[in-house]
Amino acid sequence: METRELTCINCPLGCALTVSIDGGNITVKGNTCPRGEIYGKKEVTDPTRTVTSTVPVSGGDIARVPVKTAGDIPKGKIFEVMKEVHAAHAAAPVAIGDVIVENAAGTGVNVVAARDVAAV
Amino acid sequence: MLGDLHVEILIIGGGPAGLAAAVAAKNAGVQDILIVERDRMLGGILNQCIHNGFGLHTFREELTGPEYAARFIARVKELEIPYLLNTMVMSVGSDRTVTLMGRETGVKKIKADAVILAMGCRERPRGALSIPGYRPAGIYTAGTAQRLMNIEGYSIGKRAVILGSGDIGLIMARRLTLEGAEVLAVAELMPYSGGLKRNIVQCLNDYGIPLLLSHTVVDIRGKERVSGVTIAEVDEKRNPIPGTEQDYECDTLLLSCGLLPENELTRMTNASLSTVTGGAVVNDRLQTDIPGIFACGNVLHVHDLVDYVSEEAALAGENAAAYVKGAGAASGDPEQIRIETEGGVRYTVPQQIDIRNMRDEITLRFRVADVYKDKTIAVYKGEEKLYSRRTRVLAPGEMEQVKLTREKLGDFAPGEVLKITLE
Amino acid sequence: MAMRDVTVIGGGVVGCAVARELSAWDLDILLVEKEEDVCSGTSKANSAIVHAGFDAAPGSLKAKFNVLGSRMMAGIAKELDVPYVNNQSMVLAVGNDDAAGIRDLYDRGIKNGVEGLKVLTGDEARELEPALSKEVTAALLAETGAIVCPFELTAAYAECAASNGAEFRFLSEVTGLRKIDGGYELELSDGGKIQTRYVVNAAGIYADIIHNMVSEKKLSITARKGSYLLMDKEAASTVGRTIFRVPGKMGKGVLVTPTVHGNLMSGPTADDEPDRDNTATTADALSQIKSKASEMVENVPFKVVITSFAGLRAHEAGGDFVLGECGDAPGFYDAAGIESPGLTAAPAIGVFLANEIAKASGAGKKADYRPERKGIPAVSAMSDEERAALIEKDPDYGKIVCRCESVTEGEIREAIRRKPGARSMDGIKRRVRAGMGRCQAGFCTPRVMEILSEELGVPMEEIRKNRPGSELLI
Repeated sequence: METRELTCINCPLGCALTVSIDGGNITVKGNTCPRGEIYGKKEVTDPTRTVTSTVPVSGGDIARVPVKTAGDIPKGKIFEVMKEVHAAHAAAPVAIGDVIVENAAGTGVNVVAARDVAAV
Repeated sequence: MLGDLHVEILIIGGGPAGLAAAVAAKNAGVQDILIVERDRMLGGILNQCIHNGFGLHTFREELTGPEYAARFIARVKELEIPYLLNTMVMSVGSDRTVTLMGRETGVKKIKADAVILAMGCRERPRGALSIPGYRPAGIYTAGTAQRLMNIEGYSIGKRAVILGSGDIGLIMARRLTLEGAEVLAVAELMPYSGGLKRNIVQCLNDYGIPLLLSHTVVDIRGKERVSGVTIAEVDEKRNPIPGTEQDYECDTLLLSCGLLPENELTRMTNASLSTVTGGAVVNDRLQTDIPGIFACGNVLHVHDLVDYVSEEAALAGENAAAYVKGAGAASGDPEQIRIETEGGVRYTVPQQIDIRNMRDEITLRFRVADVYKDKTIAVYKGEEKLYSRRTRVLAPGEMEQVKLTREKLGDFAPGEVLKITLE
Repeated sequence: MAMRDVTVIGGGVVGCAVARELSAWDLDILLVEKEEDVCSGTSKANSAIVHAGFDAAPGSLKAKFNVLGSRMMAGIAKELDVPYVNNQSMVLAVGNDDAAGIRDLYDRGIKNGVEGLKVLTGDEARELEPALSKEVTAALLAETGAIVCPFELTAAYAECAASNGAEFRFLSEVTGLRKIDGGYELELSDGGKIQTRYVVNAAGIYADIIHNMVSEKKLSITARKGSYLLMDKEAASTVGRTIFRVPGKMGKGVLVTPTVHGNLMSGPTADDEPDRDNTATTADALSQIKSKASEMVENVPFKVVITSFAGLRAHEAGGDFVLGECGDAPGFYDAAGIESPGLTAAPAIGVFLANEIAKASGAGKKADYRPERKGIPAVSAMSDEERAALIEKDPDYGKIVCRCESVTEGEIREAIRRKPGARSMDGIKRRVRAGMGRCQAGFCTPRVMEILSEELGVPMEEIRKNRPGSELLI
């Protein structure tokens, strides 16, 4: 049986988790909420993260629009997603939630705008 | 130019604290409110905090900084609360006369019935740390670097060392890495991190960036641009240990060594300031000892979570509204209950309770002086223990809170104080 | 190649003062500076003190020009619209210090012609400055002691010289200098050559190198490093006067002084530095300042230090200023070895050298010479009414860019538009104080960079802290 010590990143509490992996059976201890258990299990099998960055926007009242992955993506895909974010640009007007990069790096997750940008 | 203008509530700062205070004041029935913001947009520092992790407490979902700000900005607009952008508050008197200046605003004097201080905080600069060495280009506070990268989209460096493990420093370590720069190390003077644990995991550990606890920068090299820094381990008195120096070749040094409440205007009002928080001394109504002047958010004390800033600011907004309608005593009132701190509790906000006018429940927010394991947070009135809660870990980087009800507090004898301690 | 009348080497306070005084004469003047701006060497990192003149040995050039400069400074500051405060100074005997040293200084001051000197007991001194240590046994009060802004004084001299026709050439280090018929030829690092009838050597810590290119009477300058700590304006009330210790073997030592802008400053240390470009501070030097200052003044608020810095003073082996035409190089005028009290002496040195050169050249006075220079409007120092009127005229003066020092966009733009104007972040900082305050440019850096980029018409990537290589974005 393998055990791993993790820090839950779901919220600022940062619970210290002990995750035991016994074949297909994974148990999580140390969490204070159910989301900690989900995180613990996922982190040892399929760790995922939200990625945020900015993209240049033309014709807007600000120069760059902040963006984020609409959901978590596999941790191993972070830099591939960033590559597509770096190649992207947007045109004003932009609304929160507008898709900036579709199906980023084949993850099935879109990169979306995280603020409105008015056209000027 | 200097017309006799008047508003009921004037809010200094259009960041998360100012916005939440404005919304709450309006909802409490005050119509005549003005938010004064120095930047070109509302939202304050949240505009450059493009990372996620905001709003779990307030909205039960994980938002980026701009998204969190957008929700409050939308509320301000729905409620038709007036605001001025690109306008600096030049002075605030104890009579709540506020002088504004701006390109379009010109110079205006406004008399307010209540003023809410919500100016936020600033970063501790290099000079305050007395790091020896040259003074080349390439030394940034983490927040300045964050603004240049996230708002303007500029590249501030290719190989960076970060001094200080405050949250902005940790966030910037990840940000630089994602933008293709190399972050060699994060050095932290203290034996523990100043940032949230989750940020150490997802900003440093995820990218293999070492966190060097009990280390500091002892030399900066480079006459024009930073060419390298020297990091040394420190002893328990935080003095560098000779022989532990290690050179790092880098072009950038980011500083994330603490935030300081920005209380220049607060001083002008003659409000008492706490030497521990750097912010005003307030009562449970978040009122300073100058009647009608309230404070909330990072100008009052530095928070870790914007959610708590919003919560605190909403309370300030409600109380300012109540004050305008004619209620409440200032925190200098001798009949208020003082809160004393002991046993590793550095401060509380509020520092005093206006027991006759208090609400059913109040929240005491505080920080501890060191890392403590398996301690109990206890609140006493004289010998009587009013509250206790077991904790697994307490750390200076994480703000704690205790909720107390009016019922539990009961009546106080003259001179009797409330005491909060760790046992 | 056209022959210039005068070429001044070095854009520090002395070089700029000489250029300004020369510009009163019918001469064509060029000032060459190896850095990107004036006030980039010793002039930008010193005690900012107008010394009364009791310290230098009677009969020395230091003593003579100190006293002359001290008398001129208030008038010059007024003419050039530069902050100057006659805050007085005090020299202390502390603890076991020889109190007779105070009397010696007094006698020396009288010999040098210093007015307004008084010997005080420890108690009398503490009555004037309550923060002084209980260990102070005696003091010398100098009523003529003053403080000035060395950045603005230098910039003002340069602007005044430029408005009267002097030209400035930056990033031009003198790499060669030789006597030619009727004057000298300078070789510059930018590839240019200049022929000139007269040369003024105001090259600061490099003045020996320049001098030795044309003279057999060699000079030898040692760069003596002085580190300083600058404290927040909240420390301003600590002392009102400039506080020195009675000089020991190690020179004048560490002082504690207010600045004209309301900060408190302490320093300098004194360490000989073989690398003339080494302005790095050291932990040792910074802790030395703290301990020495604390011996004189109680509770110096070092917890509100906002920055530390070091400057290099040009110490010439002879120990005195070297001023005037070089004996074996006619037409070559030295202003070398200008260490303390160099800032104080600068106005007098400027007039002295300009008069010498005017006499030698036979030039007449310029009919349209304008001795005044108007400072950049400082919004922070204005009343609300003055602010409103200014914003009416130019709305840029309504936009605060540097919060700590209340510096507006209008001031920053004006600093760049002046001639010679700011070309870098440091140039802005020295002229209008954006970035000089308690946050040390944390907030204003991005905006100041943008304004520089707009005004200079260069991309953000080319905006520098100071000299080439100090670009902020890479």
